[in-house]
Amino acid sequence: MKNAIGREIPQALAGFASVKPFAGAFATPPDMARRAPLVKTVKPQTGKLLNNLEEVFDRIEIKNGMTLSFHHHLRNGDGVVNMVLELAAKRGLKDLTVALSSIFPVHAPLIEHIKNGVVSGLDTNYMSGPVAQAVSRGLLDKPVVMRTHGGRARAIECGQMVVDVAFIAAPAADPYGNLNGAQGSAACGSMGYAFPDAQYAQNVVAVTDHLVEYPLAPISIPQTRVDYVVKVDKVGDPKGIVSGTTKITKDPVGLKIASLAAKVIEAAGLIKDGFSFQTGAGGASLATAHFVRQMMEKKSVVGSFALGGITGYMVEMLEKGLFRRLLDVQSFDLDAVRSMGENADHLEIGADFYASPFNNGCAVNQLDAVILGATEIDTAFNVNVVTGSDGVIMGGSGGHSDAAAGAKVTIIVANLLRGRLPIIVDKVLTATTPGETIDVLVTERGIAVNPQRAELKAQLLAAGLPVKDIDELKALAEKLAGAPQAIKTGEKIVAVVEYRDGTVIDVVRQVEG
Amino acid sequence: MLNDLRRSLLFIPGNSPSMLQNGGVFEADSVILDLEDAVAPGEKDAARFLIAHSLRTVDYGQSEKMVRINPLDTFAAADIAAIVPCAPDALLVPKVESAEDILKVVAMVEAAEQPGQKPVKLVALLETPRGIVEAYPIAKSHERVVALALGAEDYTAGLGATRTREGQEIFTARTLVINAAAAAGIQSIDTPFTDANDDEGLKADTELCRHLGFNGKLSINPRQIDVIHGVFNPSSDDVDWAEQVLQAIRQAEAEGSGVASLNGKMVDLPIVNRAKRTLELARLVGLTGRDES
Repeated sequence: MKNAIGREIPQALAGFASVKPFAGAFATPPDMARRAPLVKTVKPQTGKLLNNLEEVFDRIEIKNGMTLSFHHHLRNGDGVVNMVLELAAKRGLKDLTVALSSIFPVHAPLIEHIKNGVVSGLDTNYMSGPVAQAVSRGLLDKPVVMRTHGGRARAIECGQMVVDVAFIAAPAADPYGNLNGAQGSAACGSMGYAFPDAQYAQNVVAVTDHLVEYPLAPISIPQTRVDYVVKVDKVGDPKGIVSGTTKITKDPVGLKIASLAAKVIEAAGLIKDGFSFQTGAGGASLATAHFVRQMMEKKSVVGSFALGGITGYMVEMLEKGLFRRLLDVQSFDLDAVRSMGENADHLEIGADFYASPFNNGCAVNQLDAVILGATEIDTAFNVNVVTGSDGVIMGGSGGHSDAAAGAKVTIIVANLLRGRLPIIVDKVLTATTPGETIDVLVTERGIAVNPQRAELKAQLLAAGLPVKDIDELKALAEKLAGAPQAIKTGEKIVAVVEYRDGTVIDVVRQVEG
Repeated sequence: MLNDLRRSLLFIPGNSPSMLQNGGVFEADSVILDLEDAVAPGEKDAARFLIAHSLRTVDYGQSEKMVRINPLDTFAAADIAAIVPCAPDALLVPKVESAEDILKVVAMVEAAEQPGQKPVKLVALLETPRGIVEAYPIAKSHERVVALALGAEDYTAGLGATRTREGQEIFTARTLVINAAAAAGIQSIDTPFTDANDDEGLKADTELCRHLGFNGKLSINPRQIDVIHGVFNPSSDDVDWAEQVLQAIRQAEAEGSGVASLNGKMVDLPIVNRAKRTLELARLVGLTGRDES
């Protein structure tokens, strides 16, 4: 059957609960209540500190077929996922589902666990590296479920994804299960993606290498939701957890795009007191923040908040009084980690607060502008951030679809040519974020405005910005680099791309060869 | 009307396909596809091929297409033979030291030009003490020479002077180049500001060069273009002044007077031309009535 943006998706899919086709960004209302996890009690004088992970597996009785969840704040320095799965393999467990919010190259051992049957399902918001490549070539029998950050929180809260055991990599913990990400050698800042797991999982285990006396302060995840605490030598490699500093791009083309993106925000009339903003940690995104900052300074504008993955650059803007608050679901560098521990206006928020579409209002709904990337965009403004030009999975929505849906103005920044390939295509290989939620595409050779936003287009034209039709930009790119041939994919569905409301926006098919 | 707008002239390395392809994106008034300093001797032939191909195929938009060839005593002949038939708008000739140098280049250009081809203009890059001394004869040497440009790095090396952010050491050279160009009725282009990360320094240096009388500035980095344009674009005061000049002329004509004056000062032809050029530039860059400096 075809969904609302014309993507062919199957009526039913083995290993996937039920296929509800994507019907529009806000067309599918919730029809369920929140799930309640088991109620527990802990008697006085009962400790939670266990000696090792083996003991965790004994106490909880982790069994075949369970779903184990993990979060990705330790990024490519994470050690906890591999540690837990190695033990599961040693104990002969089979058929586990790993619900890990993002999968990085460091998680390559998952491939062997899948081949040996220890792991049979993956549920994630983003995948890159060897696991993504192996999945694209058909490693798993069941399709991977790819969600958005807000969608994962929604799925957990609504009981669509029932977590049997949540393993929380805790940079700092006390023996009674209070956790934070601000302290310890693996400090990662915000632990926001783990909040729904801690809140709704049947069992919650904190894994830490930095145990402090009770009570820990500040507390991100409280003792009231944590069953056990286990100390290990290292939860991960700090080198892979945070980068030293995230830098603004020096690439002149990237800067040109960033400068144009900032001018779009200005022309839309958004640079005024109370302005709110989200941008990623990539060089071009940061550069946009830089140009936006100059505009804010020139007009003495005090913004309301910056959201999402927080970088040192945003911290600097907070400290200079350019924003009143930072809402941090993931800290991208050491400055952000430091700031979250020190500054009361730098707030740690959970994935549900950040972006879940099914609660009483998430933070993305309050955004004025968001800057996002794309591997492809089509002439209907649908964006692909899941697969690369070779059809291999190289990313995922993360917060892309969430922020795009929430913000007043959603801007995609992209080079018109990526390598030798035009970024604009007739039809994206994998639809991740629907075109109806994208307002503007900014490239170095011109700006395209979604035809549904005629008023915005008029504003940009009035500001003298180089607005072109998206077909015109596509033709320009093809004149420079030629039209790429469509990729041939196999029939097997290797991933289901869920929109934030749980409907299926697209599927990813196995790459050939 | 302003087909000689040269506020910014951006160097693009001739051995970088991606930069050659993107050269038109930055909206510099001229792009200078570089065969000289940016290209190692062993790569000259490859860069020549790339630039020739770029001239034929890449859309540089409104930017004038200029190619910096190598000096006369190195690869100039081969460069001219390969590049001129590909119809660049102009050549930037480095290390020009005399009118004879220009005449030698002109002879080679004429030999390489194809029938019906638009004549290739020349910009003389003065970057030696002797070149500065010979500025006026060079400016007057041939009608193809449309501008003198100052190259301060080699020049100060030749003097034994130290380059500074403020540029006191090149003050004399700057004024000599400006004067020679003005005397010959052609344009003068200032040396690049070499710290691409110092926007404040670039702005101050460009303001100085504009006040001294330069018509534009060389640029080594696309990030510098907006700052340079910001300085060379007319301010709202400039536009107001220009409108008042033209109003004074119209009033004088209406009154049948042959002499116009503004605020007690006579308005002569150079002033009228400057006012017209200011208004045309303001219109062209979409800044009429706005101060973008």
